[in-house]
Amino acid sequence: MKQSFRDLDWTLLGFSLAIALLGILQIYSATRATVWRGAHYKQILWILLGLAVFWLASRIDYHTLLGRAPLLYLLCVLGLVAVLAVGVVRHGARRWIALGLFDLQVSEFAKLVLILVVARYLADLRQDTVSAADLLKIGVLVGVPMLLVMKQPDLGTALSIAPVAAGALLVAGLKWKHAAGLLLAGALVMPLGWQFLKEYQKERLITFVDPSRDPRGSGYQLIQSRIAIGAGGLWGKGVGQGTQTQLRFLPVPHTDFIFSAYAEEHGFAGVLLALALYFVVLMRILSNAQTAADRAGALICVSVGAVLLFHLLVNVGMVIGRMPVTGIPLPMMSYGGSSLLTVFLMLGLVNSVRLRRFVN
Amino acid sequence: MDRLERRKKPFSEGRVAALQYVSLAVFLYLISGFWQLQVRGRDLYAEQAERNRIKSLPLLAPRGRILDRDGRVLADNHSSFSVILSRAQFEESHLAAIADGLNLTEAEVHGRLRRFRVAPEYEALVLKQGLTEQEVAFVEAHRQEFPELELIRSQRRLYPADGFASHLTGYVGEVSEAELNLPEFATFEQGAVVGKAGLERQYNDILTGVDGRRQVVVDSRGREQEVIAVQDGKPGRSIRLTIDLDLQAAAELAMQGRKGAVVALDPRNGEVLALVSTPNYDPNQFAGRIRAADWKRLQEDPDKPMLNRAIQAQLAPGSAFKPIVAMAGLETGAIDENFSVGCGGGAFFFGNHFACHVKTGHGGVSLHRGMAQSCDVYFYNVGNRTGIDAIAEYAEAAGLGRRTGIDLPHEAEGVVPSSKWKMRHLRQKWYAGETISVAIGQGALTVTPIQLAAAIGGLLSGGVWHRPHLLSDEEMRAIRPGFQAAPPRETPLAPENVAKIANGLWAVVNEGGTGVRARIPGYDIAGKTGTSQLASVEFAKARAERDYQDNAWFVGVFPRQNPELVVLALFEHGEHGNLAAPIVRDVMKAYLDKQIRRQLTERHDLAPQPVQVGAALVGGAGSRP
Repeated sequence: MKQSFRDLDWTLLGFSLAIALLGILQIYSATRATVWRGAHYKQILWILLGLAVFWLASRIDYHTLLGRAPLLYLLCVLGLVAVLAVGVVRHGARRWIALGLFDLQVSEFAKLVLILVVARYLADLRQDTVSAADLLKIGVLVGVPMLLVMKQPDLGTALSIAPVAAGALLVAGLKWKHAAGLLLAGALVMPLGWQFLKEYQKERLITFVDPSRDPRGSGYQLIQSRIAIGAGGLWGKGVGQGTQTQLRFLPVPHTDFIFSAYAEEHGFAGVLLALALYFVVLMRILSNAQTAADRAGALICVSVGAVLLFHLLVNVGMVIGRMPVTGIPLPMMSYGGSSLLTVFLMLGLVNSVRLRRFVN
Repeated sequence: MDRLERRKKPFSEGRVAALQYVSLAVFLYLISGFWQLQVRGRDLYAEQAERNRIKSLPLLAPRGRILDRDGRVLADNHSSFSVILSRAQFEESHLAAIADGLNLTEAEVHGRLRRFRVAPEYEALVLKQGLTEQEVAFVEAHRQEFPELELIRSQRRLYPADGFASHLTGYVGEVSEAELNLPEFATFEQGAVVGKAGLERQYNDILTGVDGRRQVVVDSRGREQEVIAVQDGKPGRSIRLTIDLDLQAAAELAMQGRKGAVVALDPRNGEVLALVSTPNYDPNQFAGRIRAADWKRLQEDPDKPMLNRAIQAQLAPGSAFKPIVAMAGLETGAIDENFSVGCGGGAFFFGNHFACHVKTGHGGVSLHRGMAQSCDVYFYNVGNRTGIDAIAEYAEAAGLGRRTGIDLPHEAEGVVPSSKWKMRHLRQKWYAGETISVAIGQGALTVTPIQLAAAIGGLLSGGVWHRPHLLSDEEMRAIRPGFQAAPPRETPLAPENVAKIANGLWAVVNEGGTGVRARIPGYDIAGKTGTSQLASVEFAKARAERDYQDNAWFVGVFPRQNPELVVLALFEHGEHGNLAAPIVRDVMKAYLDKQIRRQLTERHDLAPQPVQVGAALVGGAGSRP
């Protein structure tokens, strides 16, 4: 076991913790004069808990988990149904199950389970390309939990499940014509899907296209976030000095909009630093995919990488106004236990793959 | 190739590499976005920041009002001006002039700035609330000179004059740093005005509104250019008390110039109708921020005006405790109604002489006469036969020795001594001689006025004690969804025993007993006087000051059995219980007058029948045996 402790991906862990530290500092700065003051202490506790689950996940052989994947999948779907039935309503959405000590956001853990399910399925393919039938089966496997999450309604988290399949399919040999077909189908479905969106979701998409249309309503967040980032300039305004953050122009400067608060107070230089840290983390994850002992391990790493990349793209893209407002957190920086635990569990899975790369 | 081998065969390098290129593309895409905003857009935003300044101004939401049971106002708001200071524009050189114009000391302004040092600089702080006309004029006249100052409308708390009901309402003030750490104030921010005492504190969450906020863009002269966002506030909810302003007024009036407390409550449901503690204080002094000198004076006053005696004074009840001793004796069978003793002005127990308050003695004393004349020797014997633990059991059943749970902060518990209590707290055995003192409400026994009022009320209701409260159950359900009234505590008492005690208490008032001064002819009023020596430590101190006098208690009920009203008066240093009796009579009279008025008007409203004043009077009098 000593051997495996030394063999952990310390670069990956170190850079992840560095990002988490930036998050703690920003949460402190953004909440110290608000009713959320003290949130950074809770965040530290969550991170410590995250390290514990990271360690546990890296010790478990991922093959064991893959063996249990069908059972986990069943539990996860039941859990999501339970959320719809008995979940706690907050901010108008039913996303949490109250567990006494804290509220569990089941949809976050659904991502983990799907990583395992998809990896197991694609590792057993008989050819080096994915057939249309396999594509359909994967679509159903991923689609059921996605629809359940969308029903909560939580469009952002639902969409963030998709990259699990997308990343793994890409590596497992998705045919280019299938990929093109999927994109085309998506483009066709979108106008159809429009009528199933909630009113506020439609509004967000409209204002994404044209924020000035409703500057005091849902476009407000976007405009304010862009002002915050722009006002940060090259070097930032300094910790606790961001007017956008401290004057509460940013509605949730410690959760979804933490990166615009960070960009305001630390400037372009700070943004480059943070994005560089994220980039190293991603590259480490993908390099673990390349050295994995088998296809399932590689697929797990790839899916984790794809999920993180998607989160980064959607959240950071949102704060600079290049993605619609969806309310998904920034991994490792945003305040919140469910998101942090999921990320650390995913990193633990990657390390579980890494520690077993020389087996046989 | 078999399946296992295939599982181990690596994927094509190109596929993973493609993902790496996708990642790189995403990062470059994001960075280009930041480049656009932060580097290329920098000049644009720098210029905007130079030209526009953003101010965030509070819109202070008014607190809910405090109303009596008929909707009459006990605590109100009146509109006033507050001055706020934008620290981003503040210059140290202005400090002296600003402090002078606003009648603040420089130290006060400094202290204020220090307290808000962790808040963001762009957030305006409220420098002073409830400005006078001159102070408003000062700010108006110096707009150019001191752009950091700004007037905002706010609501200031207004309480009745002369400290009327001040111990009920309590007062509001700015939340302190220490209080911010308490769970009850966890949702408040620095500078918030919160309830600090009394009902203002107890129901702070209900009374507090939600402040709004206006975000405006101002030019370099501080003129508003554009409103960016307005978040409307929400006024606090008013609460309706069970207090009856008529009774409260009668009690306040009767206590004027005296030190003590009055409690009036309805033992049928625990609703408190009046609650007075004197001397009182003027809560209006606190409404903005209290001056340090005024605060010091209130804290150091030897008469302790900040102490709510009705729920916090813990004193020996004296003879007012005797009904409970008698009940313990009757219920346990230690005495029966024929038990009588001869009083020669005193008696020996365990080698010590215990005096009666009548030096010449009462002669032959029965239970009825013992109560009416409050004969100490009679109760020494009752206590001796009953024993301390049985007395304690009934005292505790009546709610003594434990907080009543009235909805006011910082209630005291009092002490009911027993052999177990003494072992636990003093690690000593109980001496039978101590029982003799407790039997007349002395010794280690201490009660609060609210406890004793509730205890006697419940006793005469046959052993049903409701929790005294200031908000009716109906109101509680309205303000706290899911509220469930706690059931009353019950210890069923034999009806014939309750009747004996009730008749004894009736005699106190109506058969030339110690409480004749509480008598209102034609009404079934009963009661008990109490005259207690101060607790020993205080006793010695007070004696050294040579102005030592006894405390006077009187607890009256109407009617004598299953009463609908209990009124208790405590008159500190009032020498004898019969001096507290007229206070109780005044409050009872206010209650009865109101009843008569109501009956008259009701009859009038309904009525083609002629009004019968005499019948109304008798109707209110209850049954007489």
